Amino acid sequence: MANLKQVKDSKAHSMGLHKEVLTGRTQQVFFNSEEAENFFYYGAYDVDFNKRTEVDVADKSCKELNGKLNSLIEEGYGTIVVKNPQGKHSLGVGILNKLNLIFEGSLGYFAVGSIDGPIVRITGRVGWSCAENMMAGKVVVEKNAGSCFGAAIRGGDLICRGSVGARTGIDMKGGTIMIGGDAGIFTGFMMQRGRIIILGNTGPNLGDSMYDGTIFVGGTIKSLGSDAVESKLTSLDIAWLKRKLKVAEIGSDFDVSKMTKIVSGKKLWNYDKLEPTEKKGAI
Amino acid sequence: MCGIAGLIHKGKTVNIGKELRDMLQALKHRGPDSTGYALYGEGSNGDYIMRFKVGENVGEGSSAVNEDKSVYDSRKKQVDSHLKELGAQIVKEDRLTPYSFRYIIKYDKDLMEFSKKIESVEMTEILSLGKSLELVKDLGDANTVSKQYGLDKMKGTHAIGHSRMATESGVDIRSAHPFWGYPFSDMSVVHNGQLTSYWNNRRALERKGMRFMSECDSELIAVYLAEKMRRGIALEEGMKDSIKELDGVFTYLVATKDSLGMAKDVMAAKPMVLYESDDLVALGSEEIAIRTLLPQEIDTYDPYEGEVKVWQT
Repeated sequence: MANLKQVKDSKAHSMGLHKEVLTGRTQQVFFNSEEAENFFYYGAYDVDFNKRTEVDVADKSCKELNGKLNSLIEEGYGTIVVKNPQGKHSLGVGILNKLNLIFEGSLGYFAVGSIDGPIVRITGRVGWSCAENMMAGKVVVEKNAGSCFGAAIRGGDLICRGSVGARTGIDMKGGTIMIGGDAGIFTGFMMQRGRIIILGNTGPNLGDSMYDGTIFVGGTIKSLGSDAVESKLTSLDIAWLKRKLKVAEIGSDFDVSKMTKIVSGKKLWNYDKLEPTEKKGAI
Repeated sequence: MCGIAGLIHKGKTVNIGKELRDMLQALKHRGPDSTGYALYGEGSNGDYIMRFKVGENVGEGSSAVNEDKSVYDSRKKQVDSHLKELGAQIVKEDRLTPYSFRYIIKYDKDLMEFSKKIESVEMTEILSLGKSLELVKDLGDANTVSKQYGLDKMKGTHAIGHSRMATESGVDIRSAHPFWGYPFSDMSVVHNGQLTSYWNNRRALERKGMRFMSECDSELIAVYLAEKMRRGIALEEGMKDSIKELDGVFTYLVATKDSLGMAKDVMAAKPMVLYESDDLVALGSEEIAIRTLLPQEIDTYDPYEGEVKVWQT
């Protein structure tokens, strides 16, 4: 686990808005806004958001579209509109570049998986495992989403204005998932970090076996999973929720002060037996 | 993995064979081993339509034993003889492949006794027996099976179908879906998932006189629901019971002569996408199946865990 070399004890720090320099075994490197080169991957392209184009995928396979997106990024297009996706699978995956990507319609399984950086808007719905393994960026789904929404994401904002299926945020290790409607069974299953906000109701076994992270629920909770417990909603939580929902443009008139906060009870795993440095990392 | 699909038109007859073919072909990647159709058409003047096979498809990829066509001929003669003994009158007969047949018959007695007698002929299985259901299944993808059995022009109100990836039983017609709800006429089931309580449930049903033709766990759902309906339990109630009494991960579709139902297990582990409008309900393991019917932008959603729904024609 990581050692925290520098920790600032401030309000912003408590809200997660701090910067950290990590040393030790971890390979994790936190974003540092003071280093401009951190905005780009090595080999990523500098695109112009005002340079816009459209791609119709009615007769294209996912492989053809994803190849086309790469070549357009290489040509410097910063805004790409994809028309007629018609529920096809694995569209827009593996984009490691800043990009404004708009899908006009619905996507199938594994939509925009393993992305790092782009801002994506999907005007329809998505199937299972949307944005799986997302590292950074923002994905907005205007309608409903299937199961495993945001599975194993590491960062970024993932927003669904409608309702989502089962196992939303399963195994997530960072980032924020925001749901405008309801969520199904096993939401936040085995999540390790990050936050989930659900404005509607949740199904059974919410937060089952979660290691860490936080789930906020606006509606009713059918049942909590193993080791998921209710915690006190703090003023910092309320401030963070308001800001996050405002940025995500959902629940503008939602009273976040009445939300229920769910965290890990940490009884499934014996955290006390961890070495002090590991314990610090786990928390 | 397997793919399932279903659709029901409310108050309208359409080219149901072609519509289901397109849906299932879009799901081919979920299961290329065999494809099955349960199509609900206009029937034949109130007579029973019996689809049955006397052997297996022994083509490429099949796990069945090769048999000579003369063996099929001999079994067919035995079936004809049994029909005569049962007092059933053959109105029309068609031989669709060397091993499969479609008969229109007049019969008004007990279907269980009827089925037992016919299926006493070696390798013979009634695929469906009903007044509107026509159940067709064979090896290959949806286009292959549709072409082989001439399903493109079949008209009807609703249908369910399955593209199978064989996991727990052989690549043969016997284990292909859909399954007829023996001996409840006009009932069929397709399933995606695994039933872990298969043997417990099967033994209990066998003690009640129900028969199983395969060792495919999906057949259990058809037999389970048929046994419920034989006892006068409504389809929707039987389906709700199945959520509690069957163990495993599953999503299944069931159809009767005038309804289509869907059930999802309590873990919601198997996919299902649902589109519903005033005149059409379409379901598929993936949205791309529904998109073959409705290429324009539509609203769909995933039913939740433990959800049961039934629609009428």
